[in-house]
Amino acid sequence: MEGKVIIGPKAVIECTEDIPCNPCMTCCAKHAISLDGDSINSLPVLDDEKCNGCGICVASCPGMAIFVVDVNEGTVALPYEFIPIPEEGQEIDATDRQGKFVCKGIVQKIMYTDKFDHTNVVTIKIPKEYVNDVRGMKIIKEGV
Amino acid sequence: MIYNTQVAIIGAGPAGLSAAIEIAKDGGQVMVFDENDRPGGQLFKQIHKFFGSEHHGAGIRGFRFGEKMLEDCRNLGVDIRLNTVVYGMFPDNELGIVENGKSHTVKAERIIVATGATEKPLAFPGWDLPGVMGAGAAQTMMNINRVQPGNRIVMIGSGNVGLVVSYQLLQAGMDVVALVEGLPKVNGYDVHANKLKRQGVPFYMSHTIVEAKGNGKVEEVVIAEVGPRFAVKEGTEKVIKADTVCLAVGLMPSLELLRMSGAAFTHIPAMGGYVPMHSKNMQTTNSGIYVAGDVAGIEEASTAMEEGKLAGIAVCKELGILDEADALKREAEVNERISELRIGSHGEKRREAKDEIIRRYDSWKEK
Ligand SMILES: Cc1cc2nc3c(=O)[nH]c(=O)nc-3n(C[C@H](O)[C@H](O)[C@H](O)COP(=O)(O)OP(=O)(O)OC[C@H]3O[C@@H](n4cnc5c(N)ncnc54)[C@H](O)[C@@H]3O)c2cc1C
Ligand code: SF4
Ligand code: SF4
Repeated sequence: MEGKVIIGPKAVIECTEDIPCNPCMTCCAKHAISLDGDSINSLPVLDDEKCNGCGICVASCPGMAIFVVDVNEGTVALPYEFIPIPEEGQEIDATDRQGKFVCKGIVQKIMYTDKFDHTNVVTIKIPKEYVNDVRGMKIIKEGV
Repeated sequence: MIYNTQVAIIGAGPAGLSAAIEIAKDGGQVMVFDENDRPGGQLFKQIHKFFGSEHHGAGIRGFRFGEKMLEDCRNLGVDIRLNTVVYGMFPDNELGIVENGKSHTVKAERIIVATGATEKPLAFPGWDLPGVMGAGAAQTMMNINRVQPGNRIVMIGSGNVGLVVSYQLLQAGMDVVALVEGLPKVNGYDVHANKLKRQGVPFYMSHTIVEAKGNGKVEEVVIAEVGPRFAVKEGTEKVIKADTVCLAVGLMPSLELLRMSGAAFTHIPAMGGYVPMHSKNMQTTNSGIYVAGDVAGIEEASTAMEEGKLAGIAVCKELGILDEADALKREAEVNERISELRIGSHGEKRREAKDEIIRRYDSWKEK
């Protein structure tokens, strides 16, 4: 990967265990995800060149382990299965892998189709330096 | 009244329903009994998206998969009797059932027992206080009855059941204030654990519940660190304010009916404790009686469905509905999919345990 310049949003797969699972591979129309081996237990790997950051896999992964990150724009797309669903333009708290507050962020886009079946893909804009830390968001409760 | 049927299946979970489909699609006559008012077994409570390959409904929420199987059964003319408890299994493949408060007898040429699993209990001071419940009960309350079991939950157990139910409690607006696990490492899938960690749920590894306290209901939960052999380390107690304790400390096969049938059991801890000895075709030591799914060893919906198919194929072969060659071909297909499901760090242990059950059956048979 050395020396490669990544342009645009790309999927980041944080799936680290050999579990029997493959929807990430089968859902991607660009065939950007393959399994690193011949069994369904193998770990998924991404071909950066093919991935266009569409976010379909974010909603399809039952482990909610895929995010779409744009390092240059400072955006992270997350799977979100809570209510209320935030609104575009809303300010939220961006949180890390432990649920701890990292920074404020703005909801840029909410993607949802019936096929996502109640998983919203929420893209948040945050300061660029935090794109590798932010993996969640919390709605800011009023009066707190 | 006496019902006569070629095949009687007890339990309308993924194992029972897939066995029914397998038999009915070849023209076999099937009756399925389940004590619940909806079919699907555990599936109907599963609002999360499943793992596995597409073939096993991966990425689809569990309950939708249940609905699909049910539709297939209906289209094939499977006779599903809900709200019907099977209370007894008697010689010559006779079942005693209670349907709508009336007791009947079922005579079947073959029986498939697909009764699933029961939650293991855990005893500690205060375990009988209101507010202490099984994770499955909590799940039924929120996903089926739409009531919140409490506000501040302590979950005991980090297997997939504990992890998935915790996440659903969060989704339903409750706070999971502690996830307590006796082992040093999360027992279930990392991805399920990570979902909870991202929501800020505190994980207490190598910890156990010492006591639930409160005046007439749970108000405080005492947890402590454990050392080797789960001995509590003195002085490490922590008090957590909570109103609910959810227990997800494992499942065990529901064997009551099989016990009545006289089938032989064997003890396999990795499969939930005592399990019925069975052949690779899911036949018990009592000829004419088959098992499939969690009752034959705790696994997953995907394996339960495949075992249901194996039992269905074996029954069809015995009844002459399916000829030997077709049966062998189908068995091979199912076995290939099963072996795909029983690999990887989680699956490997289950495969070894299953092989051990079959080995023990085979040596029983030789004697
Ligand atoms: C919280 C949770 C999450 C899970 N997540 C997943 C997952 O993501 N992927 C996956 O593959 N698996 C998952 N599973 C496991 C899966 O649900 C079970 O392995 C599967 O349901 C087992 O199927 P079964 O048909 O053997 O039993 P069950 O689904 O338990 O069905 C058995 C049925 O038999 C009925 N019954 C029992 N005794 C009698 C009687 N005497 N008379 C009448 N009816 C009777 C029961 O009421 C029940 O309806 C999960 C389980 C739980 C608890
Ligand atoms: S973001 Fe889109 S293109 Fe990229 S891997 Fe996911 S589904 Fe494929
Ligand atoms: S769908 Fe998600 S959990 Fe399943 S293999 Fe792909 S990344 Fe891992």
